[in-house]
Amino acid sequence: MPDNYFARYLPLLIHFLLAGALASAIVLLSWLIGYRKPTRAKLSPYECGMVPVGDARQRFSVKFYLVAMMFIIFDVEAVFLYPWAVVLRQLKMFGFWEMLVYVGIVLVGFFYVWKKGVLDWGKATSARRGEV
Amino acid sequence: MVPLSYYLVLSGILFACGVTGFLIKRNIITIFMSIELMLNGVNLSFVAFAAQWGKLSGQIFVFFVMVVAAAEAAVGLAIIIAVYRTRETLNVDQVNLLKL
Amino acid sequence: MNGAAQVTPQAVEYIRILPEIVLTIFGIIIMMLDPLMDERRSQRTLGAVGLVGALAAIVATLYQSQYPGVGFWGMVNVDSFSVFFHFLVTAVTAVVILTSYEYMEVQQIRAGEYYGLILFGAVGMCLMSSAVELVLIFIALEISSISTYILAGFRRRAAISSESSVKYFLLGSFATAFFLYGVALMFGATGSTSIAVIGQVLASGQPPVLAYVGIALMFVGLGFKVAAAPFHVWTPDVYEGAPAPIVGFMSTAPKAAVFAVLLRILFEAHAPGRLWLIWVVAALSMTLGNIGALVQDNVKRLLAYSSIAHAGYLLVAFAALPANGIPAAMFYTASYAAMNVGAFAVVSHLASAGERYVTMEDYAGLGRRSPLLAATLTIFLLSLIGIPATGGFFAKFYVFSAALQANLVGLVIIGVLNSAVGAYYYLRVIVVMYMREARQEVPVSPVPLGLGVALAISAVATIYLGVLPGRVLEYATRSAGDLLR
Repeated sequence: MPDNYFARYLPLLIHFLLAGALASAIVLLSWLIGYRKPTRAKLSPYECGMVPVGDARQRFSVKFYLVAMMFIIFDVEAVFLYPWAVVLRQLKMFGFWEMLVYVGIVLVGFFYVWKKGVLDWGKATSARRGEV
Repeated sequence: MVPLSYYLVLSGILFACGVTGFLIKRNIITIFMSIELMLNGVNLSFVAFAAQWGKLSGQIFVFFVMVVAAAEAAVGLAIIIAVYRTRETLNVDQVNLLKL
Repeated sequence: MNGAAQVTPQAVEYIRILPEIVLTIFGIIIMMLDPLMDERRSQRTLGAVGLVGALAAIVATLYQSQYPGVGFWGMVNVDSFSVFFHFLVTAVTAVVILTSYEYMEVQQIRAGEYYGLILFGAVGMCLMSSAVELVLIFIALEISSISTYILAGFRRRAAISSESSVKYFLLGSFATAFFLYGVALMFGATGSTSIAVIGQVLASGQPPVLAYVGIALMFVGLGFKVAAAPFHVWTPDVYEGAPAPIVGFMSTAPKAAVFAVLLRILFEAHAPGRLWLIWVVAALSMTLGNIGALVQDNVKRLLAYSSIAHAGYLLVAFAALPANGIPAAMFYTASYAAMNVGAFAVVSHLASAGERYVTMEDYAGLGRRSPLLAATLTIFLLSLIGIPATGGFFAKFYVFSAALQANLVGLVIIGVLNSAVGAYYYLRVIVVMYMREARQEVPVSPVPLGLGVALAISAVATIYLGVLPGRVLEYATRSAGDLLR
């Protein structure tokens, strides 16, 4: 049984091998026969066409952490909408109201976050109450 | 078909990796990631069992586990930041005001 | 059960989760009011809202008890068993909020969400006691755990508080993962996560090996949450660092809820192979808890070790026969909740700003400086020992006699010996309070109204359970009948 199962994926494997071979061939060829003339401007890291400022590995403000956490929560909470949408017709109005309650509770969380100043990037308010 | 036992063994390995990481790692974030790994191992066996029994409910449980894990992650990261603010380190050997 | 046909739940099914709805609504009110109000003045108002919420939930529980039955497609089951634990959890919540009132002011913690989190935690605990479906139990467990993780770290300025929070969080999530793996394996073994169906499947034939592994993993996860040895290492650290009223909360209400879950899973699902596992864990918890407590100088740590020991006594009831064991365990959770919440209320009052005074030394001469407070603490400590006329006595009595009826003589001997060891360190606190003079003067502020009410409720409950245990026990016996039916 497993032989059969894996055999079905053989084309995929061939595809991967071909794609890898092609990509490495192109890179290798351009490296071998390419014409190189390095200048200072060419060697500097590309940063949207701007002159790079400092190292990329610097410490970020802790606010990014907060935004990331908010993103995780609100992003993952949306996952329930998918199974709900599939069976919405069978659930009739009950399903609709139930999801409204759920979204309402999520919105309360959003309201709380907003009023606490987590989404506020200005210094004045967030320094006072921006802690989690 | 890949037999059920493959999935279960993989999920067991993932879970064991998580447990090992939890026990031997010293950085709080890494420890926390190990816990997430454990939860994902569980998710895998939920899905595998759902396929075996032909019941969709096993897959829905995975959604719940994911959401709970996300909530846990958010709270956990906040707590970890609080520790970092007071201690300036995330090494469990140095977070030791309370001796075990 | 009749889920396939019926899509819309009836109105009565909402009554079956009414206490949870009430608590959630009040929690949300606090959450919305908190950012709108001035931080310096909002504390009292939000605390009052929280208190009203907890009281409303008690009323909702009483109302709910007239509508027993299954709701939401076999997810929740309201019976006298769940009503008992609902009442316990909401009452503890109310008392803890009363205790926190003064504490938050003294510690200068300005955060309204504190009360909201207590209510949300209570939602999880209530749901745990009425849930009859493993995934719902998992979600409820997480609701209560995540709230308590945050609450443990609420003394944000104190390094040990955030440290205790992170320890609780890491070990708690670790335990949750174990519980969840157990649920997954149980689902694999029986094809269902409904406790009733699992019970039928397991009873109908030779249980599969997967079910044994599943139940063992679930037991490990829940064992962590109730701080049973050998999964207890987090307890003293977390209890020392967390705010004192919160320790009173999380050593009673979530534990009671987890014990309710354990009772349901072990007895209703006829869980296989439970006896020797519980025997070992109970004996270990009693012994390690009591030995650990002997050498403690910090009162919070001492009570933490004592809570490990009490989890051990409680587990003795789990090893007994269901008909006696369940009521004994229920009685024990109730009386333990009464005395422990009270003890921590006294500790949180004496701790004063920054929780400075929490060592044994600071309790010296308390009997002279504040006789009433010392007397109240003495009642709780005597009850923790298990002196007659207190709730602790009958709790131990019922547990041990249930174990004797199941012929667990060895376990009972270990338990009784442990009680004797336990008496030593509780008495040490009493002796220090009354017999020793204070070396340095520790200030004791007068007891405010809220705390006074909280102490009075706990003390009256402790003595009531010790003098007239009949009604509660009878109720518990009836609930056990409901559970086993």
